[in-house]
Amino acid sequence: MLNQQEQHTKKLQKCRVLGPCAVEFAAANTGSWRLERPIVRFNECIKCGTCQRFCPADLITIDKGKKECVDIDMNYCKGCGICANECPKKCIDMVDERSVG
Amino acid sequence: MFNLKSEARGFIAHGVSACAGCGMELIIRNVLDVLGSDTTIVIPPGCSALFCGFGNETGMKISAFQGNLENSAAYATGISRGYRAQGNDHTKVVAFAGDGGTLDIGLQALSGMMERGEDVLYICYDNEAYMNTGIQGSSSTPYGTSTTTTPGGKTVQKKDLLGIAIAHQIPYCASATVSHIPDLRKKVEKAKHVKGPSLLHIHCPCPTGWGFDTAKSVEVCRKGVQSGAWLLYEYENGKIRVNVKPKELLPVKEYLMLQRRFRKMSDEQVGALERAIREQYEKLLEKEE
Repeated sequence: MLNQQEQHTKKLQKCRVLGPCAVEFAAANTGSWRLERPIVRFNECIKCGTCQRFCPADLITIDKGKKECVDIDMNYCKGCGICANECPKKCIDMVDERSVG
Repeated sequence: MFNLKSEARGFIAHGVSACAGCGMELIIRNVLDVLGSDTTIVIPPGCSALFCGFGNETGMKISAFQGNLENSAAYATGISRGYRAQGNDHTKVVAFAGDGGTLDIGLQALSGMMERGEDVLYICYDNEAYMNTGIQGSSSTPYGTSTTTTPGGKTVQKKDLLGIAIAHQIPYCASATVSHIPDLRKKVEKAKHVKGPSLLHIHCPCPTGWGFDTAKSVEVCRKGVQSGAWLLYEYENGKIRVNVKPKELLPVKEYLMLQRRFRKMSDEQVGALERAIREQYEKLLEKEE
């Protein structure tokens, strides 16, 4: 831990930044955690946006013009299932990740 | 400035290592969405420290500072005064701490900050125990909860944070929860425009520590409001306003049985908690008038 701090302090000395300083905006591969995947039954969806409001990772986009109106970013979805639980029409199913392939 | 290695819609990276179903992630995304880019955030060690990142990687597009556990409010004061001394009167300084960093360890710094009237927004996300270190009980843990340090159930009631804040007569403080997102966003918006100290106390569901399925995070919090276990009210310019007034409170049992942390409570204890909750709710309604 100490070495890590020193290393960062030394490297950033030319930029006149003091102390360890995080400058890279990065994201972890949280999509690999997922055990269950949300699948939307689009014909029953009323496009209310409840799933979008409650998604903790803010991954849901609603496009009212499209037939597949709910887009979930599977690169980061952890599969918590809040969207499926909160959906007023209950039209999101949580499907075992292994069965999707 | 930042070297963007990944894309994100808001100010927080989409892939952060909060547990699945974590309420804190939902809270901070909504808070920063309302506050905007002109914000500096102070985060003590705890679950929320993961947003500041590790090494030279960060999960936030705004400037964030990780201080010590006991003095987030003091750090925020220093940053806020530094900005004002430089002639910057627009950047909002926010402290984002958990219940341990607010109600136990950080209480003296918070009290000093509120007493001096610093221009800081202090947000406490309350998951009702020390979740990051392995579910130890804090002074915010409710009566009857079993944690690793109170295995037989906590024997005393939780601390009233907003009561402490109101006693300091600060301009604005409020409680919020993740099941009422528009209400939460409205309160952050109000707190943003307050000149002086403001405090938000936000109920934060924790699937790992409370023992429920990750999908139920929002549902548990909604039951908490309906049963009166979490009261939504705000204190503004000396007046208390209750935002959600259930005509008939649900039996608190419906909130408790969703969570494994209350499984050791006897019927007597549930009755005692129910009485305490109803008394608190009635007192609050009286104060409003």
